[in-house]
Amino acid sequence: MVHKSADEKLLSDLRSFLGDRARDGDFELGLYSKDGSVLKGDPMIVCLPIDTEEVQQIVLACRKHDRPFLARGSGTGLAGGAVPVGDPVVIATAKMNKILDVDIDNRIAWVEPGVLNLDLSRELSPLGFHFAPDPSSQQVCSIGGNVANNSGGPHCLAYGVTSAHVAAVEVVLPDGRVTLLGDLTPESPGYDLRGLFIGSEGTMGIATKVAVRLTPNPPEVRTLLLDFADVRDGAAAVSSIIAAGLIPAALEMMDQRAIEIVEAFVNAGYPTEADAVLLVELDGLPGGVEHGVEVVRAVAEHHQVGSVRVAADDAERALLWKGRKNAFGAVARIKPDYYLHDTVVPRGKLVEVLEKVYQIADAYDLIAVNVFHAGDGNLHPILAYDADEKGVLERVQAAGRAIVTASIEAGGVLSGEHGIGLEKRDYMGMLFSAHDMATQDLVREALDPDGFANPLKVLPSGSRCSDSFGQHVPDGAWV
Amino acid sequence: MSPVGEVDQRVLEFANVVGASDPVTVVGGRTQWAVGGTPEPGTREVRAPIGIWSHEPEEMTVRCGAGTTLGELTEQLARHGQMVPFDMAPEATVGGVLSVGHSGLRRLRYGHIRDLVLQIRHIDHSGQIVSSGGPTVKNVSGYDLCRLMVGSLGKFGCIAEVTLRCLPIPAVTRWFTGFLDPFEIFNQMYRPSAILWDGNQVWVCIEGVVSDVAAQASLFDFEEVTGPPSLPTAGRLTVEPKELRGHAQKPGERWIAEVGVGVIHTDCVAPHRTISDVNLSLMKDLEDRLDPNNRLNPGRQVLVR
Repeated sequence: MVHKSADEKLLSDLRSFLGDRARDGDFELGLYSKDGSVLKGDPMIVCLPIDTEEVQQIVLACRKHDRPFLARGSGTGLAGGAVPVGDPVVIATAKMNKILDVDIDNRIAWVEPGVLNLDLSRELSPLGFHFAPDPSSQQVCSIGGNVANNSGGPHCLAYGVTSAHVAAVEVVLPDGRVTLLGDLTPESPGYDLRGLFIGSEGTMGIATKVAVRLTPNPPEVRTLLLDFADVRDGAAAVSSIIAAGLIPAALEMMDQRAIEIVEAFVNAGYPTEADAVLLVELDGLPGGVEHGVEVVRAVAEHHQVGSVRVAADDAERALLWKGRKNAFGAVARIKPDYYLHDTVVPRGKLVEVLEKVYQIADAYDLIAVNVFHAGDGNLHPILAYDADEKGVLERVQAAGRAIVTASIEAGGVLSGEHGIGLEKRDYMGMLFSAHDMATQDLVREALDPDGFANPLKVLPSGSRCSDSFGQHVPDGAWV
Repeated sequence: MSPVGEVDQRVLEFANVVGASDPVTVVGGRTQWAVGGTPEPGTREVRAPIGIWSHEPEEMTVRCGAGTTLGELTEQLARHGQMVPFDMAPEATVGGVLSVGHSGLRRLRYGHIRDLVLQIRHIDHSGQIVSSGGPTVKNVSGYDLCRLMVGSLGKFGCIAEVTLRCLPIPAVTRWFTGFLDPFEIFNQMYRPSAILWDGNQVWVCIEGVVSDVAAQASLFDFEEVTGPPSLPTAGRLTVEPKELRGHAQKPGERWIAEVGVGVIHTDCVAPHRTISDVNLSLMKDLEDRLDPNNRLNPGRQVLVR
């Protein structure tokens, strides 16, 4: 990789207070050039601040030297939101990883953005609480990243996404001012800037402290595995479970290929001959959970379920979840690389869109594997490929666009939990009018009038008045 | 107009009614009309479209005109065993409730009403339609203008159409009362729907299947009642939930607090809460950008200066 030699003055300014935590070595720049997408950027300098004041100083230094910046958590996003374009300074939050305060009376924990999602819930568990959003990447994804993308996860079906679980965010604004958006009261005065900031993908500033809500651990949890000989029955069961008035804590689906590779990977006893499995979790008080299990059984039988397996204990439950949460890694068994998609369709259209996904994969000579949040219609088609194959990336990209188009045509949206980032930026026009996007841009400009924070993301360049740092996704951004 | 999701004719008509020039305000059920002050004299009053345009029980979503009353919404959804837990007066409108942005009585369990909003179409200062959010239950496509609209008292636009997330109506909803420590109830019960407290007496709403509700109620020495007490309406204070413990009664004041939430309904006028200078500058900037000629609800104030 060839990178521009860093702006020496900026680097020396940053080193004056960060020391060796301002880096421009090839190894680090390479490491921070990518995220969970297949895009690649070109960071100029990587900074590893330890507190709000350092983040503020970095932002001010960047402004002084007319350099954009980009905050980065663990880089697990799929839409390229953390891919550095426009030669920005990367502000990695990895060293801001402390749980600052657990306030049980307010049911709040103050955490730094680099705290990992699962670490937080593990820490809270002995107190009887957890942080409800649980993306599949929760072992490695950060709370700051969850805030940037308004992340979900299997359990957001019942508990809602990140925005519902964050009371306040301390933010370093793109002009270097520090402010608190939201507070611990139920209705903070003025407009809901907190709600606007969450999900803004780092384009409105950098979160430096987050007040997350604590959710009480449910007294009873039951996890069921249902298998179906026909994926259509499985999908119909999803709609019927919801229509029956049940909101499971999670309702996940895996297709035949996913079952096969996951089973080979974790040996959880998934039925490899099935066309689809549903992983259903019910939680709450014992009576409600028992009632839920009965409803799920009855619905499943109505839809020709093969078998219903109820996890007997926590160990078996953990094993079933291990399969689900490691599915993406298991894909490496069939192809070395994969491209993971994230769209949402109405539940009733799941089968129709799934069939289109298979057709699209066939048409582009790719392998599609489906593991997804069926309960809220959040599809995650995985296109497995080998990057060494000539021309494969063009096919992957074209197939990705076709999948997004099919989802939108079915009444869906562009993204469920990974945001728009870079990858879906130019698809925004599929969902929004030019005037819708211009309005969004007006709002963004109120927070970042000069376009310093994570430039070139979310909105297509045509709708922006303030792209000071270039107009297009750089050639060769796809790797 | 949005390239996908045909904009309803009634929204287009409403855009014409709102127009692009004179001062305008949307009237709902007038149940919370005084919040933020009343519009300047001479402001033209318009009404948002009404009616439930689609309810898909298996998607658990409902799309309606913003002028639809909660009474109509509740009745329609109940036919399919569903609800939107806004918990406001039946004559209040969906658009009005969202514009004011106060949460309902069962917030402890169901969260803030803003988290039930999936998509909003509003008419902006220039008379054009703006869509934000998306029709599905999960969505992070673009900036979340829906959340900005909730609690904005119509200063950013006239809400025309709303898509909301529905929830199943619980098998039973029961209210109990007793002279107990509300904080102990909050700590011991698993997700009650509401805990109200007047400094002396406690009212608790428990929902779920019959056996769970009975078991939860048996944890304390309760007596069953038909519903919540009447709430004082003159003032609405919001404090951190733990600050409720020390909330002192002013002589002659009657108040009822939502324990675990931090809302205090009082018969005294609540003081204005201040906004930090930085946030105030950002919020004013948003107002200037989204309503440059100050024609949307002039006189009404979200920002007390």
